[in-house]
Amino acid sequence: MAKVIFITKTNDAVEVEGDSGSLMELASANGVTGIDGDCGGVCSCATCHIYLTPDDFKKVGTPDEIESDMLELDDNVTQYSRLCCQIEVSDNIDGMTFRVAN
Amino acid sequence: MQNTHTEPNLLEQSVVVIGASHGGVNFAFTLRQQGWLGKITLLDSDPELPYHRPPLSKKTLQSDDVKSTPLKVEKAYTDSNIDLCLGQRVTAINKQSKTITLKCGKQIAFHKLVIATGCSPFIPPIKGLIDTVDDKGNAQYFAMRTHADAVAIKTALNKSNDKQVVIIGGGYIGLESASSFIALGAKVTVIEKQQSILSRVTSAVMSDFLTQLHISKGVDLQTAKDVVQIKHTANKHYVVCSDGTQYPADFILVGVGVRLNTELAVTAELALEQGIKVNDVCQTSHPDIFSIGDCTSHFNKIYQRWIRLESVQNAVEQAKTAAQFLAKNSEPVPALPWFWSDQYEYKLQIVGLSQGYNEIVVREESPEQFSLWYFINDTLLCVEAVNHAKAYVLGTQAIKQNIKVNKRILSDLATPLAKQHLLET
Repeated sequence: MAKVIFITKTNDAVEVEGDSGSLMELASANGVTGIDGDCGGVCSCATCHIYLTPDDFKKVGTPDEIESDMLELDDNVTQYSRLCCQIEVSDNIDGMTFRVAN
Repeated sequence: MQNTHTEPNLLEQSVVVIGASHGGVNFAFTLRQQGWLGKITLLDSDPELPYHRPPLSKKTLQSDDVKSTPLKVEKAYTDSNIDLCLGQRVTAINKQSKTITLKCGKQIAFHKLVIATGCSPFIPPIKGLIDTVDDKGNAQYFAMRTHADAVAIKTALNKSNDKQVVIIGGGYIGLESASSFIALGAKVTVIEKQQSILSRVTSAVMSDFLTQLHISKGVDLQTAKDVVQIKHTANKHYVVCSDGTQYPADFILVGVGVRLNTELAVTAELALEQGIKVNDVCQTSHPDIFSIGDCTSHFNKIYQRWIRLESVQNAVEQAKTAAQFLAKNSEPVPALPWFWSDQYEYKLQIVGLSQGYNEIVVREESPEQFSLWYFINDTLLCVEAVNHAKAYVLGTQAIKQNIKVNKRILSDLATPLAKQHLLET
């Protein structure tokens, strides 16, 4: 079980919890603004872009080649960017706070 | 009833959306996010909570429980005060009274209406096709459009002993399904009428690659074959072609294209241009009626022609454009079409439209990772990338920003594919 917080572009904090699936599915199911997941979670659209804290980024891991290339579609990419369709909901991310990029 | 009363303030008006798939759902939520206060009614004839369609032929079909991926959880509709009415078929749009009529006879009034009815699979009138049934009379020929379709197909596959499936039509739906059926251990025949698969939408280079891919995975791929009849024995169906060849099937998947769901627009006398004709902000010829998604046709500013797109991205972007215009009078952003398809371990990503190209530059990092760059003279029209997201992203940036691509560097594998090398400013 993981409880996480998304901070939207307008600084709204949305707390959500889940125990499986991708972080994108969890966010979009709960209507987090800015997480669209238009491609359904297959790393094809880059509409689920989030920023992690440096520590959390280390813990979650770096994006693979396709994901880092897809992130380049967004002008707002940073070294702590991830597409959250590629992050699994698990105990590993419990307590983390993510900033929504768009 | 004539609408002679003073209308409420714009943001307090009632909006009715016909069709609750990618377009309709995204429209409703964006409209609410943009500050719309009035009633939003979202209708669909499909009784299921709206779901992602692209995974149906891929992840959904391959999963054991054939579960759909909802676009939003049920609670999200309540939280956003969107009145979701499922299993409701709309039979008429009454422009004069500004109401719609449901099949049950009920009428719903609107100030603004959105038609997001999409399209339906075309089932060709092949002799004997509708008699393709099992011993209990259940249809054993299917389309792949709804979640119910995916469930029915999986049921047919699970109960067939020989797991023989014939797919009529070598388009994206047929090929993605073929890839899933192979993963599920089925014997797959794909029958395509044209000389090559995907000939309507891609080049011979991509068509040949996908042909070899499917053959190497064990698909019996038959092109230039015209299906004329389905014959039946007690426990098998046979797909018969005009040259006399026939292919045994436990069930049949039909993926030969779609018919636009424009009946409501036609009877409401809205202007058509292949599909429902819409302007830059998705308004139809009636100022209070909008239309989005597969059923529409728009004049694309990038390609300077009327186009109709069957894609999730187009539905979603038109939904956002229409909602932002309606609530905030926002200017639209010219949309660049993009698509994707997953087949076996290959990810195909396409940006732009290749029609009209006179040159293809191939960038092949390896047989498993390459991209096709379609140009008309020096203008980049489209990039098709196989396991090559970098090419897809660079192509998107080049087309969107109208940046010239250096073709010589593009085809030179010694130079890494990167923005600073490739794009000429």
